[in-house]
Amino acid sequence: MTIDRRDYGGFVLCSVAGITVIVPLVWMILALAQSGLPGLEWEFLVAAPSQSGRAGGIGPMIVSTALILGVCLAAIIPVGLGTSLYLSQYVSSTSPQASWLGYSLDVLAGTPSIVFALFGYQFFAITLGLGFSILAGGLTLACMTLPLMVRTSEQALRAVPLELHQAGEALALSRPGMIWHVLLPAAMPGIVAGTILSIGRALAETAVLLFTAGYVMRLPGSLLDSGRALSVHIFDMAMNVPGGMPVASRTALVLLTLVILINIGVRRMLLHHKRIYYEQTN
Amino acid sequence: MSRQRNEFWLYFTLASAAGLAGLLLIPVVLLLILESLPLLAPAALWESLTSAAWHPRAGEFGLLAMMVASLLISALALALAAPLGILYAVWLNLYLPRRWTNRLRPLQELLAGIPSVVYGLWGLVVLVPMINSYAPPGASLLAAVLVLALMILPFSALVTDAALQAPIRHRMSAAQALAVSRWGTFRRVLWPEARATIIGGIVLQFGRALGETLAVVMVAGNVVQFPGSLFDPVRTLTANIALEMSYATGTHHTALFLSGLVLMLITLILMFQINRRGVAI
Repeated sequence: MTIDRRDYGGFVLCSVAGITVIVPLVWMILALAQSGLPGLEWEFLVAAPSQSGRAGGIGPMIVSTALILGVCLAAIIPVGLGTSLYLSQYVSSTSPQASWLGYSLDVLAGTPSIVFALFGYQFFAITLGLGFSILAGGLTLACMTLPLMVRTSEQALRAVPLELHQAGEALALSRPGMIWHVLLPAAMPGIVAGTILSIGRALAETAVLLFTAGYVMRLPGSLLDSGRALSVHIFDMAMNVPGGMPVASRTALVLLTLVILINIGVRRMLLHHKRIYYEQTN
Repeated sequence: MSRQRNEFWLYFTLASAAGLAGLLLIPVVLLLILESLPLLAPAALWESLTSAAWHPRAGEFGLLAMMVASLLISALALALAAPLGILYAVWLNLYLPRRWTNRLRPLQELLAGIPSVVYGLWGLVVLVPMINSYAPPGASLLAAVLVLALMILPFSALVTDAALQAPIRHRMSAAQALAVSRWGTFRRVLWPEARATIIGGIVLQFGRALGETLAVVMVAGNVVQFPGSLFDPVRTLTANIALEMSYATGTHHTALFLSGLVLMLITLILMFQINRRGVAI
């Protein structure tokens, strides 16, 4: 890889820009690790917080986060999969129905999360009377992440090779049989990857949960209890609790690790999917 | 017979799921409109949109200063992040050895997944004290711009990188055969073809910056005012909703929903512009 003399200018310009991009981001992660790593022990992950979070651990927050994600997934997996199956099976991608669905999902995907916070607070928490609860938080997050879920699983379903469709038709499979035995298994890695991406999006969300799931630090007893998510804990520790910064950094490290694991998971899944697809078509 | 019935139930289930997903936008918009209805009368609306006086106790609900702060912060963050993101992607694709590219790409995707509250935390711990030592109070327009720019950088790089792939596949060997310089290849060959997609993708990042809430709350200082300099604290529309939502009642509550509606409308206009230009999102 030699650089032409005419390219020195461009090379220098792009390298400076590239380094400017990488350095602050790496700096950010290192700063976080430096302030968060001391005291990050197993005990911190499982213990209940004390002294309004300054001491103890983040056990209840991890449970609340998992429950909120569970509610969110229980809503978006059936609705998202159903919608993407409908889109890929019953309507052509140019029909008015498909374009309305696409347009409205795009608008939802681009809507600022604070708008979902307003909606979730007013609709789920107040109108439906769920209050500040894990249920309200999970359902609001579901509204927010549904577009991503639909888009990714629709893509996965549309990418199922034509040969598989033809094989299914040659066997005179009914439509439900076709979906169950051919399409879903073939598209599964893509669908799972989409689901994991949605989990990542939901994990990163803070504003929505602050106003729908609330910020009670206790271990939630049911889905109607308020529960504090990890991201909300970071925000609250950093902003509202004097001396809460080390705990905020530590919690941020935990959240970051989760996000990284999710990222690696998706990558593996999609690579695997590509390989299968490649072997099938060659 | 049972086969037909199965097919019917399948259709019914899938169509209801699709109906639910397709109609979800309507209650969201409807609720925003209903809740901000008292302030939607022309006179009241004009008053809120053109006044900068936000004094909930005195019954003054001017959104102008916060709208300006929101747009200014997002525009500056975009002005910083867009060129850097584009140049970074060019560096990745045209100048770096393939080995490095393959290492940096996953890093980029990983950075795009970092929760925004983590960026906010970094801003609060590192950036704000640094700015404070130079020009107090530190929590300022500048801090918010830097944090948001950092937050949307990975996305700008990702969309540019993705948009460059097709033209690189189609035109790279032709450009190399003509011995065009790398920069020339980008400027004259790749950029004209990928421009629409890149700009579309980057405009979407403006929406992301505009909608960001808590990272901004953490570093912007949250004073309702027109910023006189980069070092003045400001409050954005999103921050205002987050800060006052928990205790707002009456017209105050209405004004917060009106802010939500304004944010949503700006998003809609952005999306519509991108759709009209025929850019794939």
